[in-house]
Parts: sequence; structure tokens; C-alpha cells
Amino acid sequence: MLFGIEWDTSSNWAFAWSILPILVRGLWVTLQAAAVGFLLAALLGLILAAMKGARLRLIRWPAKLISEFLRDTPLLAQLFFLYYVLPDYGIVLHAFMTGALALGLQYSAYMSEVYRAGIEAVPRGQGDAARALDLTPARTFIDVVIPQAVPRIIPALGNYLVSITKDVPILSVVSILDMLGVAKIIGDRSFNYLVPLTLVGVLYLLLTLVSAALIRMLDRRLPKQGVPLR
Amino acid sequence: MNEQASVPDTDPIIRFDKVVKRFGETTILDQLDFSVARNEIVTIIGPSGSGKSTVLRILMTLETIQEGLIHVAGEPLWHELQGDRLVPASVEHLRKMRKHMGMVFQQFNLFPHMTVRRNITEAPMRVLGLSRAEAEALAEEYLQLVGMMEHADKFPRQLSGGQQQRVAIARALAMRPKIMLFDEPTSALDPELVGEVLSVIRNLADQHDLTMLLVTHEMQFARQISDRVCFFDKGVIVEEGPPEQLFTAPAEARTQAFLKDILARG
Repeated sequence: MLFGIEWDTSSNWAFAWSILPILVRGLWVTLQAAAVGFLLAALLGLILAAMKGARLRLIRWPAKLISEFLRDTPLLAQLFFLYYVLPDYGIVLHAFMTGALALGLQYSAYMSEVYRAGIEAVPRGQGDAARALDLTPARTFIDVVIPQAVPRIIPALGNYLVSITKDVPILSVVSILDMLGVAKIIGDRSFNYLVPLTLVGVLYLLLTLVSAALIRMLDRRLPKQGVPLR
Repeated sequence: MNEQASVPDTDPIIRFDKVVKRFGETTILDQLDFSVARNEIVTIIGPSGSGKSTVLRILMTLETIQEGLIHVAGEPLWHELQGDRLVPASVEHLRKMRKHMGMVFQQFNLFPHMTVRRNITEAPMRVLGLSRAEAEALAEEYLQLVGMMEHADKFPRQLSGGQQQRVAIARALAMRPKIMLFDEPTSALDPELVGEVLSVIRNLADQHDLTMLLVTHEMQFARQISDRVCFFDKGVIVEEGPPEQLFTAPAEARTQAFLKDILARG
């Protein structure tokens, strides 16, 4: 029994069917963690990208250092650091938030590169033309740069969303009951690991296939006019 | 140097005084003195890397200068007066000065995600504060002028290079500049598309309420359209004069060599 739901061990099929609602609750946690992690990564990545593009070395360098550090150290180490070290300094976050933050931090480093590449792919002549027309830098960014960068950025961000979702099980080490964590507990208690773990695999596969299809659809719908000729 | 002394009888709308431009160790413009009179049509010719385009890019404030002084319409471009001292121009001053000029680029640089119409209305709406209706009326006026009205709702990628460049000309004109800068406007075009763009520029030249400064490799065109042709080499003007004189009887050896070479290539 887990979350007040009993399982039926009369056959593997009956067992699978009875634990499905439990796994779905875990899946819900997985999706929430992935969504919050993704939003944090998208936001922090944007800030990092802006900093890396700054003219002042004093802003650019720390951003590069942070980004390099986040990418080159294991997610698990970062997670432990947030979970065990931050409370020593008076910062106590809910386990779920700690996990989402760890995901968000690590992926922000990757996403900052996506943003940067997307923005840098906009040809220099676009900026020249905007300036010759006397558009302000802010207006140029909003009306000229962003619309041309976004169609390049969205598909890459979508791929990272899938990656983040697949990294969520790591959060189970800080007692977040995601889908895999739930499956393991079911296995521990029923001595049947085959069914819950297989179900987790199937559900993950479905999740990934669906998101990949959504991203492809989004990519196809994005205005291709945003992509310059050369 | 004060304001009064900078406006001589001939009233040049553009004046360069001992302008120096460097990229790192390389000197692009070397103590350049150069001026253009109001409504004059001046063509700059010369080998690539001679600093021709840089003159236009400096005027459009796309490149800075290291030394010297530039006046546009009687006001310093890269500086402004603070009391009686010249200080580096503020962002506001540059914005004001840019309004005197419009620029047409070699690569057109149309905004690929906007329709032809939006390309033209964007700056009048955002910069001049026109309403959409006013800006669209303006866009129509200039699209008619360059013969592109029927393509107003297309995106740049649906147009040929020559058509894109005509839209780019309309886009620059819609800001109602006094000075038009053309940076090799036909160099990126297939040969059969050059004519339509040149004929649009020729029409503008005939209107005579525009000062035009062109950089081009189209010698025949330069000869027809210009009041004056300047031969540029290594960051200075080697020779300048009326087109007939410069093309038929160049005085300087370097000009002769350049013309012989380029005419031989066709």
C-alpha cells in the first residue's frame, strides 16, 4: 500500500493496473519538478546569457565562470550542495524547491548558450539597419532581434525540457517522491520490481514521444520568416 | 573650433576635417578632408579596402572615429557643444543627427520577419511616432516611387535581390532624410537585376531635393549620375572632380591604374 492505495498481486497485469494510479501521482511530481526546473532554467539562462553578452568584463567573467562550473560538475553534487550546505547558512528550502532549483541551475548554463547562439545568429546587418533607422537598442531587441532569434531557440529549449524530465529521478535522493522513487518503494514493499519499473519505462517513453511530437509541431508552426536568408 | 566658423559660403551639408579612423593597427581613414554640398550627388570609387564604405558607416554612426571632426547639416556629428567646448556626442545627440541621413546597404538588410509594408512602417511608427494609418500612407507613397506597391504584403524572402533593394531604398526614404547614403547598393545583385535598382536611384537623383553619397563599382552609372566623383585609396582622396574629367582625363597615376583595371574587367 502506498498513498492509501492497495495493490492487487493476483497477476502481473492486475498488479500493473492497481499500481498505475500510484505511479501517476509520482508522474505528477515528476512533471511539476520538470516544469519548475525548466522555468527556472529558462529564466536564469536568460540572465546568464545577458551577462555573458555584457560589455563590462566584470559582469561577463563571473557569468562565464558560473556557467562553466554548472556545466562541468555533476548534477548530483550540486543537488547535495544545495540540500545539505545551504541550510547551514540559514537558507532552508522545501525539498521540492531544492530539487527544482538544482535542475534549474544546471540547465540554465546550457540554456544560456542556446539563447546566445540564437541571438548571435541574427546577422550584424540587421543591427546596422535598425540603427540607421534610428530605432532604440531596446526597440531593436524587441522588434528585430527577438523575433529572429526565437524560432532558433524554441526547438533547442524543447529538447532540454525532455532532458530535464529525464533527470528528475535524481531528485529522489533528497526524498522527493517522483515516479521512479514511487516505483522503487512499490518494488521494495511487494518484492516485484519488474512491473513498476517497466511501467515507469513505458510512461517515460510515452512522455518523451509526446513531447518530441509537440516540439516538432511547434517547430513547424513557428514563422520561418524569422529565419534570415543567409 | 566654433560653430560659426564651421559654416562657410558653400554651405556643405557634410564636412570631414582631418578625420582619422583606425581598426587596431590599421589606419582606414588618414586625416581625411572631404565635403559634400547640399543636394550634391557624390560618388566614391576606389579599390576594396580603401575606406570608401567606412566613410558612409561613420556618417551613419555605425562606426566611431578616433580623431578629427565631422559636421552634418552644420552640426558636429560625433561631438556636441557643451558651453563652448566640444565633448563626445551623447546618445540623444547621435539619435538626432541620424535623422538627417538614410542608408542603403549592400546586403539590403531588410527585416526578414516583417512584410514589405511593415519593414517600411516600423521606423516611422517607432521613431517618428506616426500612427499606423499615417505610416502606411507614407509606405505606399514610397513603395509607388520604387515600383513595389504590388509586393507590399510579401516577405523579403519572396522577392528578388533587386526588389529587396528597392524596398530598402523606400524604407530609408520613408524617414525623410536630407542625405541618402548608398553603400555598394548593387554589388550583391545578379547582373540582370542591377538595372532596376540603378534606375530607382537615378530617379531620386533627378528630384534634386536630396543629397546623395554613393559608393559603387558601377562606373558607367557613376559617370551618368554624379556631380562629382572621388577616387579613394588608402584612406585618402587621391583625386576628385566632375565625372567627365575624372573618367576621361584622370591626373593621378593611381586613378589611371584603377580605372584601367576596373574597365578592363568590365
